[in-house]
Order: sequence, then structure tokens, then C-alpha cells
Amino acid sequence: MPKIVAVTGNEAVAEALRQVNPDVCAAYPITPQTDMMQRFATFANNGKVKTEMILVESEHSAMSACVGAAAAGGRVITATSSQGMALMWEVLFIASGSRLPIVMPLVNRALSAPLNIHGDHSDGMGARDCGWIQLWSENAQEAYDNAIQAFRIAEHMDIRLPVMICLDGFIISHSIERIEYLDDDTVKNFVGEYKQLNPLLDVEHPVSYGPLILPDYYMEFRRAQAEVMTKVADVVLNVAKDFEKISGRKYGLFETYRLDDAEIGLVILNSAAGTSKDVIDEFRNRGIKAGLLKPRLYRPFPYEEVGEALKHLKAVCVLDRADAFGASYGPLFMDIASSIYPYKDKPILINKIYGLGGRDYLPEHAELVLNELAEIAKTGKVKTFKEYIGVRD
Amino acid sequence: MAETLEIRWHGRGGQGTVTAAKVFADACLSGGRYVQAFPEYGPERSGAPLRAYNRVSSKELRMHCPVLRPNIVAVVDATLLDGIDVTEGTPDDAVFIINSSRDPKELREKLKAKPTQKVFTVDATKIAIECFGRPMPNSPMVGVLAKVSGIVSLDVILEDVKKSFGKKFSQKIIDGNLEAVKRGYEEVREG
Repeated sequence: MPKIVAVTGNEAVAEALRQVNPDVCAAYPITPQTDMMQRFATFANNGKVKTEMILVESEHSAMSACVGAAAAGGRVITATSSQGMALMWEVLFIASGSRLPIVMPLVNRALSAPLNIHGDHSDGMGARDCGWIQLWSENAQEAYDNAIQAFRIAEHMDIRLPVMICLDGFIISHSIERIEYLDDDTVKNFVGEYKQLNPLLDVEHPVSYGPLILPDYYMEFRRAQAEVMTKVADVVLNVAKDFEKISGRKYGLFETYRLDDAEIGLVILNSAAGTSKDVIDEFRNRGIKAGLLKPRLYRPFPYEEVGEALKHLKAVCVLDRADAFGASYGPLFMDIASSIYPYKDKPILINKIYGLGGRDYLPEHAELVLNELAEIAKTGKVKTFKEYIGVRD
Repeated sequence: MAETLEIRWHGRGGQGTVTAAKVFADACLSGGRYVQAFPEYGPERSGAPLRAYNRVSSKELRMHCPVLRPNIVAVVDATLLDGIDVTEGTPDDAVFIINSSRDPKELREKLKAKPTQKVFTVDATKIAIECFGRPMPNSPMVGVLAKVSGIVSLDVILEDVKKSFGKKFSQKIIDGNLEAVKRGYEEVREG
């Protein structure tokens, strides 16, 4: 029987990790993730999991230990945020290039400088092209559900790639919400026994990890990595189908909200999507056809499916909780623009940067944007294609 | 109760305000309700003013931002009234609960509350000192909130305090807190 509890996002994900009971966890504390790994370390210390905890001296070491343990043949986890992820940077590529199915919750937080511990998406966006699969989560329930599904996706024999589960720092990680836990056996059966692939510790069948590959083969290797990315979406959908059977909760590559007959729409990630949905209902009550698309599988990005879902709209605003300095637009905007690019008839796209460093995203911000979109849909005229909202002049 | 009950807590670091919001959310889970409890995270310092929030609803709670129009405002430390406008954003039928030994009528004047708004007071600090010897007004405040909101019974709240405090404190402290919740529930005054 599912259990209904009121817990924080960090607590919910730590519970999912306990239920999965991985072989190895290497972690280093960083706000706002610390509390998640602290809870998991408590489980390990109290014998609630058989996981071997490796308490390392930095995130670079944490990811390095994960790479070693995963190559050796274990089911491996860690978790991080912000600067911690930044310090893991070079090893993130080694994990994905070596096709190691490590699972890592990323509690999204702003990057320094200036120092800020609050939620934004700069960390996850900075790592979006490092070959990891990224699942983004609106609330504690989705973070818990994504964490469980992540193992099946990462460990799928056609995939074998590391997965990041993104959830908003503080807004979700430290807020208490009602969520449903599955029971331990259900999770255990869903995730299944870990299947090793080319484990280093299988001395009967010796293998090499991390060899030098020169120009004669490097490009073939990279193309193989790009090709495996094209298989991820199907696996994510199949795992979601199985997950619906045990939980009753439906997941796709992205969520659409009142989008089918919409004329204007928002594209927005994570917790701010929930606030936006309430405002969309108000606009609908006033007869304005507004809708929303919230990406879930952000890497690999399902360009075709997203393009199909958005192409009929008149005007769309992509809201980014991170900026891409020196690029013309925010990172999510650039992906959405690529998605609708092939279509002759397509919505007018605008981009707003919001909520950096934990700045609140309020209903009034969604209202402001939807009113602007309604005006654009009517007149076809755009004042500014990209601007910051909720910011002092 | 409105479809969604929204509460804003005003307290100072170290008074257990965030714990109170958590305990209340947990107690409201019964009956299939959706709940949220979250503080506003600033520099965490003992004595510094802080806010915390609750939402309780029969519908899924999707809003992930501070409560802007609270139905109930709970002031855990009345000294905050001199520096902070706790009436900010309150609707005409808002309810104020203030930890104070003063008469609720006096505080109604101080707040300049509208005639349609309700003002309750309780001497939560005194109750806490008498019940468990520490000036931690959060337990009596949770009792008052149960009474004033009417959405959760005293028994459910007591059960929850027992569960939340049971992990951390001795039986003596738990019993004291249970008594404090009960007295908050009983001693609240309206003016």
C-alpha cells in the first residue's frame, strides 16, 4: 500500500534511494543537497541499506569514486548542487563517455560569483551537454518518482548512461509537501536486480576502461554515444508505462497542460510550472486560450515531439531560470527555437529570464507574460524578444 | 474553510516557528488533504525575524511561491508588530493569532484590523514556561491554530506533536508540550 506523508523534496528523494538500496554512494556535502545525503548516510549507518558510503573530500572525488565503483560493477549514486556539480565537471564526461549508469539527484542552485545558495537552473544547464540524461521535476512527488525511474533508464542494456534528476533548491528540496511513497517491495521489484555490463572486477573477463583513443577511432566512439542518445526517449516512455502500473501516476517526455487548443503558451521547467498552471486556469476562466509545456526529459531533448506539441500556437514564451551569457537567449529558449524551426507555420517565440538566485516566481509574473503573449497573438508585434522579469531597473 | 487555507507565520529564529508550521501541515494530512509547509530562507540567525507558510487544500497544491494573501496570520512574537506590517496582503475575512498577554481588543487597535477581520490572542510564552520550562511558544500556537482554523481536531494535533517530538525529546518534554498545545487550544481569547 502506498503511504501518504508530508516531507521535503530532499527527504523524498533520500527515501527513494533507500528503497533502491544501491551498492555504493560517494558524496560530499553542499547546500541545498546536504540534507539529502545526510539522510541517506543515516540510513547506511543504521543498517537500513547495504550501501557502502564513501565520504570523500570533494565533489571531484565523489564523482571519481562513483566512476570507479560503477566500472567495477556496482549500482552507484551520489548527489550534488551548484559549485559541487561545477567541481565534478571533468568527471561527468568520463562517467557518460564510459557509459556508466550512475544516478545523481541535482538539487538546482545558482552558481558563484556572487555567492548564492538558492535555487536556479544554472548548474543543470551548464551540464546539459555532458552526455548525461536529465530528468527535471516540478515537485517532491515528481523528484521521488523520477529518482526511482532513473535507475531503470540508466541501467537499460541499450542505454547504459548516467542520469541526473533535477529538483529546485529550497523551493522543493526544503519545502514540505504531501506525497505518496510506494512500498519498499514495489520499488525493489520495479528497479530489479542490478545487471552488470563489462565489470572491471570480473577477472575471468578482463576489460579496460578509459583507454587512449586517437583520431583513428575517437570520432566513431563519439558517434556511437550520439546514437545511443536517440534510443533514450523510447526507454524513458516504456519505463514510465511500467511506473504508471505500480503508482497510477503518468509520465511522458514532457507534460502538456491545457495545450491542445491553446493559442498562447508558456514553456517552463520545474517548480515554477505549478505556479503557472494555477494562473493558466484563471486565464482560461476569462476565455483566454492559454496552455503550458513543461519539459521532463531535458537531455536528450525530444525536439520533434516538442515541436509537434507547440507548432499550432500563435505565441509562446520560454521562461528560463538561467541565462546563457554571450548567447542570444536562455538555454531552454534555444532548444525550443530548434524544436519549432522546421515548421513553416510556427508560433512567435519570446524569452524571459526569471527567478535567478532564488528570486520568487510569483503568479503576477505569469500574468504579465500571458498578457503580453495575448497581445502578440492579436497584433503579431513583439516589443522585446528577450528580457529579465521580476528584476529592479 | 476556503478551498485552500493559506497561513503566514511571523516569528524569530529559535522560537520553533518552522517546526510549528511542519507539525500543523503533518496534522492536516488526515482526510486526504494536500499540504505545504515552508520557511522563507534568509541568513538563519537566532532572534532574526522570519516568515513561514502553510497551505492546506482538498485540491492538489501546485503553487510554489510564498503566501501573498493569507487567510490566517500567526504572530509567534508580538515584538515583531512594531517593525513589521503583519496585515500585509490580508483579505477582509483574515484571522490574526498573536502570542501576547494583552487583551485582544488592544491588539485589534494596534493592528488597525478591519471590523470583518478577527483577532485572537494567547499568552503562549507563559503557557510554554509553565508547561515545560522554556519560552518556546510554538506548541501553544499550534493548539490555537487547530481551534481557530477548525480544520483539524485537538486529538489529531496532539497525536502529531507526540510523533514529531517523540524522536528528539524526553517523555517529560513531550508531555509538557502536549499540555501546552491543549492549553493554547483552550485559553485563546477573541477580541
